[in-house]
Amino acid sequence: MAEFLQFAFSGLTAGAVYALAALGFTLIFNSCGVINFAQGEFVMLGGMITVFLSLAGLPLPLAACLAIVAVVLVGFGIHVFAIDRARDATTVALIVITIGASIFLRGAAQVLFDKRFHTLPSWFGDNPIVVGGAAILPQSLAVLGVAVVIVVLLWALIDRTLLGKAIVATASNQLAASLAGINTRLMVGLSFAISAAIGSAAGIVITPIMFTSYDIGTLLALKGFAAAMLGGIGHPVGAVVGGIVLGLSEAFSAGYFSSQYKDAVALVLLLAVLFACPHGLLGRPSPERV
Amino acid sequence: MLNWTKLVSLAAICFIGISAPRDVWADVKIGAVLSITGPASFLGDPEKKTLDIYIDDINAKGGVNGEKLQLVAYDDGGDANAARTFATRALDEDKIAAMVGGTTTGTTLAMMPLFEEVEIPFISLAGAVQIIEPVRKWVFKTPHTDRMACEKIFADAKKRGLTTVALIWGTGAFGKSMREQCVAAASRSGITIAHEESYSPRDSDITPQLTNIRGKAGIAAVINADFGQGPAIVTRNYRQVGMQLPFYQSHGVASKQFIELAGPAANGVRLPASALLVADKLPDGDPQKPVVVAYAHTYQDKTRQPVSTFGGHAYDGLMILVEAAKRAGTFQKSKLREEIERTKNFIGTGGVVNMSPADHLGLDLTAFRMLEIKNGDWSLIE
Repeated sequence: MAEFLQFAFSGLTAGAVYALAALGFTLIFNSCGVINFAQGEFVMLGGMITVFLSLAGLPLPLAACLAIVAVVLVGFGIHVFAIDRARDATTVALIVITIGASIFLRGAAQVLFDKRFHTLPSWFGDNPIVVGGAAILPQSLAVLGVAVVIVVLLWALIDRTLLGKAIVATASNQLAASLAGINTRLMVGLSFAISAAIGSAAGIVITPIMFTSYDIGTLLALKGFAAAMLGGIGHPVGAVVGGIVLGLSEAFSAGYFSSQYKDAVALVLLLAVLFACPHGLLGRPSPERV
Repeated sequence: MLNWTKLVSLAAICFIGISAPRDVWADVKIGAVLSITGPASFLGDPEKKTLDIYIDDINAKGGVNGEKLQLVAYDDGGDANAARTFATRALDEDKIAAMVGGTTTGTTLAMMPLFEEVEIPFISLAGAVQIIEPVRKWVFKTPHTDRMACEKIFADAKKRGLTTVALIWGTGAFGKSMREQCVAAASRSGITIAHEESYSPRDSDITPQLTNIRGKAGIAAVINADFGQGPAIVTRNYRQVGMQLPFYQSHGVASKQFIELAGPAANGVRLPASALLVADKLPDGDPQKPVVVAYAHTYQDKTRQPVSTFGGHAYDGLMILVEAAKRAGTFQKSKLREEIERTKNFIGTGGVVNMSPADHLGLDLTAFRMLEIKNGDWSLIE
């Protein structure tokens, strides 16, 4: 039983990280149908900027806030200088642009910061919480908590505000949305800025668990993308469910099956789910656009 | 700080302005294909800085045999294909006299055949034992091998009566190679590896694997074979699940960064490492002490960064080459190669080097020191 619980805790820890990475994909996909492959770099920048500001002597909460502001500017900048200029291009071209942006941000971080790994102190100390013989770090719970807060805020934004409705309208039909008086270019820009905020917050909260360096973005984007697809892309709750299912499946296959094949097991599971329900666990088929 | 930088760049501009037309053709070119950026940049970056510092230093003291050295450095970004292309350029166009470099095992293995073909001495800075086994006429290397690390750990474990161990390794190239060497060396060293676990290089939580090790009866110690940030996560998780068994890391984590990342969980961890890490703590009679103290202080003063063993490998490679050239009195390739092979009692940062036609590394187990982390700092055992 203690083993089972430990595997579950491990899965929750990794899953919470994936969920936070996955959440960033949601809003941009909802506004322009683009998978933003620079999302992992937003996560990296959040962590790295916080680390370097706090090394420069700023108190941690202030450093974290400044980092989020800086990454929001970066996100908006990517929209203004890259995405918006190519707004007549196809979705695939836009996705390729985000891949370019991710390579650019990774290279810039390597020059501006350094190539070493960094960490931040845990929010609630390093003493594990022991439940039934299994141990979980308080920081893992903090990551889960931040994921829940982001989901609630995203849900409130999309379902409860006019701004959110405008973003969704932009995604479903840009022409109709602009005829209805929505500034669609601003909506897409806003979705980049908000996704950057989500990514940087994720980067700050996961750094005490898995450290940060200029190149962590690639892997986080990959796992986050897998989690988002598993849960249903564009669906905030789906992103969290997908992340946790992915994390748990990795942990249980490492624990009970073989640590060498755990990634393979997780990927087979992903394929099986997508085979059974192609829109992900919580996704709905998008209505036909006529 | 700023003034200093200005001064240096001004001096550099003057130097280039005055000497470029005259010296470009006269210099002896030393090639260096290094992974200065990319995933292995934490190895390649200190290597490049070390070569820059010491080649300037040698030139300021009048060069070697009256000739100035010029570093021809290329950045392969950790990519073996790029490394081979740059090595070809260095050999064909730059006409280098010798090469110090090849940061990773992958880039070194890709470049080796070129140097065998063109017959130019090549001193690699990469870890794997395959580089010098079987011996290739023109290829040498300076870093300790992972096999030596396994043997050193096993010797220490055996001395403490810990003969049944578990091995947890990262699935990256370093971890895989070290795992193979450890499995091969175990029975010779009288150690039984009773259980094995592995993890991917970027896993954020490794408690399931450690829980499985914890559940196995009879295991007396745990060995982690990996480098980078993975071992720091393993070490934290090790304490998180409450494991108390003696815990060994490899030379792959021999940098202050490991202690920073793993925090208090690192206390009690043992690992084999070169004397460079404990330069100031070595006893006064230690033959390596003057060399490692001088290198550590020079590097830290010039770069303002903590010293790492990787830059030390570049120092060793360059100095072995320079001393061989001094003994030979020339950079003529076959004489140079013979003198490198005759290197005896060379005291470097990695240990005392005694090369021979059958041994192009020249280090033995005494080159590794067994360290234990106590109160967030290295301490020497023995």
